[in-house]
Amino acid sequence: MKRIYFDNNATTPLAPEVFEVMRPYLLEDYGNASSIHWFGQRAKAGVEKAREQVARLLGARSSEIVFTSGGTESDNSAVLGIVEAARGERKHVVTTAIEHPAVLSTAKALEKRGVGVTYVRVGSSGVIDPADVAAALRPETVLISVMHANNELGTIQPLAEIGRIARERDIHFHTDAVQSIGKIPVDVEKLGVDLLALSAHKLNGPKGVGALYVRKGTILRPLLHGGHHERDRRPGTENVAGVVGLGAAAEIARAHLVVENDRIAALRDRLEAGILVSVPYVAANGDRGHRVPTTTNLTFDYLEGEGFVIAMDLRGIACSTGSACSSGSLEPSHVLSAIGLRPDQARASIRFSLGRFNTDEDVDTALQILPAVVEQLRTVSPHYKSPVTSYR
Amino acid sequence: MSIAVAMSGGVDSSTVAALLAENNPTPSSGSSPEVVGLTMQLWNQRRLPQLLGEEAGEGGHASGRCCSLDDVYDARAVANFLNIPYYVVNLEKQFEATVVRPFVEGYLAGETPIPCSLCNTEIKFAQFLTTARQIGAERIATGHYARVRRDPDSGRYQLLRGVDRSKDQAYFLFGLTQEQLAHSEFPLGEMTKQEVRTIARARRLPVAEKPDSQEICFVPTGSYRQFIDAYLAEQQRQPESTAGEVVATDGHVLGEHQGIQNFTVGQRKGLGMAVGAPLYVIAIEPAKNRVVVGEDRDLFRSRFRVREVNWIRPLAAGDALDAHVKIRHNHPGAAARVEAHAAGDASVEFLEPQRAITPGQAAVFYDGDEVVGGGWISQVP
Repeated sequence: MKRIYFDNNATTPLAPEVFEVMRPYLLEDYGNASSIHWFGQRAKAGVEKAREQVARLLGARSSEIVFTSGGTESDNSAVLGIVEAARGERKHVVTTAIEHPAVLSTAKALEKRGVGVTYVRVGSSGVIDPADVAAALRPETVLISVMHANNELGTIQPLAEIGRIARERDIHFHTDAVQSIGKIPVDVEKLGVDLLALSAHKLNGPKGVGALYVRKGTILRPLLHGGHHERDRRPGTENVAGVVGLGAAAEIARAHLVVENDRIAALRDRLEAGILVSVPYVAANGDRGHRVPTTTNLTFDYLEGEGFVIAMDLRGIACSTGSACSSGSLEPSHVLSAIGLRPDQARASIRFSLGRFNTDEDVDTALQILPAVVEQLRTVSPHYKSPVTSYR
Repeated sequence: MSIAVAMSGGVDSSTVAALLAENNPTPSSGSSPEVVGLTMQLWNQRRLPQLLGEEAGEGGHASGRCCSLDDVYDARAVANFLNIPYYVVNLEKQFEATVVRPFVEGYLAGETPIPCSLCNTEIKFAQFLTTARQIGAERIATGHYARVRRDPDSGRYQLLRGVDRSKDQAYFLFGLTQEQLAHSEFPLGEMTKQEVRTIARARRLPVAEKPDSQEICFVPTGSYRQFIDAYLAEQQRQPESTAGEVVATDGHVLGEHQGIQNFTVGQRKGLGMAVGAPLYVIAIEPAKNRVVVGEDRDLFRSRFRVREVNWIRPLAAGDALDAHVKIRHNHPGAAARVEAHAAGDASVEFLEPQRAITPGQAAVFYDGDEVVGGGWISQVP
């Protein structure tokens, strides 16, 4: 059975050329980047080259890049680091209802420590209105944190406008850019962000490594305590091969920003249009005009999303549902709830996220298989009447 | 794909998966697999943390129970070992609505509910069969010690107890419909528990030495009273007090109790009084919130009513049948006359009085090995 991977927002395959760049750092250049000797210097050189590669992708200076263990650590470091370094008795944070749990749960943890948090709401477009962010600000607001692209919908948030608001009010501005890096241009100057989190494994790099952009002059209280690595901003022996892989992935992503992403967008659009034409009672979620090229999120009425994902997987196609997670959470996706879907609609929503290694053939195969799978699930649903049989 | 195995992570369902996988190997390419393992996530043990005890505490988890994370790991390990596709399906919402809530309501109404039967009917067969069909499976298999057979004359499906008399689980399956029986397989029905262990060991299944589960799966401490209190607190429900009088069989008041849900018929401990001969709960009268106590001999009764009867072998209202009737899982069963009434009711009269016939428990009617039907004990006059 040929397997097709449409879950690139969860993680992406490691690009072979990235692996080739990493390989010597696993086998030969194994030094500790802090060491004085030749081995250490080789490792250090790899790390510093990667720092430049990442900085170039973001339009930043390499001294502003801190390597971390991934997106979650980067988000935690930014949000906690700013709030803890801020002065004042009362502190307040503005974020949104559609953030990734890496930010959302951190904000909830801050609330327990007495920090005020406002969660800006969003309409059915899945795009935040900058005016709502401005309206949520208070004199004691120390941080605005708004994601760049939403992981479930793919919708792109108007960061540049929010960045202007933040700058006018002299408030730190953080963005979780894990889902936008490599998919759309990300320039820290144009976006006006002070902090930006990214993760390697979402752009065909390795898992377990990420970065945090910290604008020069921004004071962060470090999350972890230890040695003097990363200019005292993140202790711990560098994950040299991972960092090198992130650098290589960033370089490739920069080269692919235009042509390759147009190709992926065309595949996504064909998949989406094909489903909307061949399957009844389907609607696309979020503002389709403001999305990253990889993502489509569709609600199939009368469908049990969990069963659909399993049925598709048994036929070789990997996709995901924002609801019922096997680890125990039964709450419908907070993102889909935030854009106004009922719990049953959220459970009936499926995300297809494409990537660099998907082909036209993948989309053709999926479009062949999918309508029958949907019909099979709907036939079992007590509420569904097939539009074909209802003519009888 | 043809069959979905309900995998609990225990030795029985793991052995079922192993036997089916041997007969239907996963194809290396081309068509989709023949056997799929599914674990039903039914209850989040972390939901009522006060029940988890000391070992759990912060960051800990209850182990060795149904739906604990360990069981999911075990089921997944077995599926990997057998090289069959495996998924966890979340049925917590349905489980709470159709099993947990009726369980709590039953106790509050003075009954002694048996959630496993309800779970089989409502979840393991109804919902699980639906899920299996959604993913393209035509049939389901479970690790129950029971047998299903099609009667060539009537064309109906029959439910029989397993050949291992000590593990009769047909008792828990009396609620199955013809549709459910037609699509179910019980590969352990012809085996003894010992044979199953031997098969599991011979195949080196990762769970071959795992002990059997015992108590009600969602009551981690084994104390249903604590569970009811914790659940009601979580639901922010303050049910009307069911406290009342403890009375003797002749009606005179012996004392007071804190709530009828704390009692079950036949119970001896916890009455908080010592009066000569040992006292037992004879009956619970929910209308008056009274608990009637008496001596052991007062527990013996012959007649009772059954509600919501499922007839696997149909019996018309007004007709009667001589059957072997079990009034709880570990009851050996006794000869009785069963009469079907309208609206799914039945009445049972034992030839010899039986001890502690308890409302809320399942009464199951057998003809030899065959389960003719069963229902919930409603009244014991």
